[in-house]
Amino acid sequence: MTHATSGTAVVTLPSDTQVLITREFNAPRHLVYKAYTTPELVRRWWAGRRGQMTVAEIDLRVGGMWRFVMTSSEGMEVAFHGTYREIVPDERLVHTEVYEAMPDAEVLNTITLAEADGRTTMTVLVDCPTQEIRDGMMASGMEVGMQEAYDLIEQIAIELAEQA
Amino acid sequence: MYARHVARAATTADTFNAVAEPRRREILDLLATGERAVNELVDALALAQPQVSKHLRVLREVGAVDVHQDGRRRVYRLNGHALKPIHDWVKRYEQTWTERLEALDDVLEELKQKETGDDARD
Repeated sequence: MTHATSGTAVVTLPSDTQVLITREFNAPRHLVYKAYTTPELVRRWWAGRRGQMTVAEIDLRVGGMWRFVMTSSEGMEVAFHGTYREIVPDERLVHTEVYEAMPDAEVLNTITLAEADGRTTMTVLVDCPTQEIRDGMMASGMEVGMQEAYDLIEQIAIELAEQA
Repeated sequence: MYARHVARAATTADTFNAVAEPRRREILDLLATGERAVNELVDALALAQPQVSKHLRVLREVGAVDVHQDGRRRVYRLNGHALKPIHDWVKRYEQTWTERLEALDDVLEELKQKETGDDARD
């Protein structure tokens, strides 16, 4: 199976309360949209390599709810849910997201899909109510995927430290 | 002589903000390839000197860069130790998304093949 894409998601921080994830796919955008909004397809990618999805519910209409539950390989269950705010098929999706272990920290995700030459650039803009919530969200993502990323960053950090 | 940036300990959150700004990320990228004098940064960034100096001041305050005087030149360089926590933070979050979206690649490949198959049958 080919992986003819840029490979990595690029994360930037446009402001104190935002995170922007950008990624290109070797597929037209209607398929990216389909994979993003179809429960049985979401089940296959959303958890990445971190675990298995046990619940993927999507009520795709403005005001409709979604809920995803994943069981990590260590047996920890993590659940997220939210409400769809804006739906432009194949183009744009705006929905809230709550990590159920931190119910007060609701963020707003804006997903945009732009197609050129059969390839799709997806951006996910995460708007957080406060900087603390933004930083906390990023820190919590890191606990789970910690080991895999460590070598890469370690190498960069060592290089930087050696220059100093 | 090295600038003193230890008047108050910079927190990870401060560093986070300092490196979040796109122009400051560009400065860090430039310094990652080696130390640079202020005027070299001004040329490379195509920004006015006061703006560059302002960004450098922010980066210095959180300890992300060090400065030393080389004759008449003020030369800046990266401080890798100060940047490591923030690098870790962003990179690990990025890794979570990278893994998730690699799994999405596989789903998309299948959808594409299925769609091509459907077209062939039309």
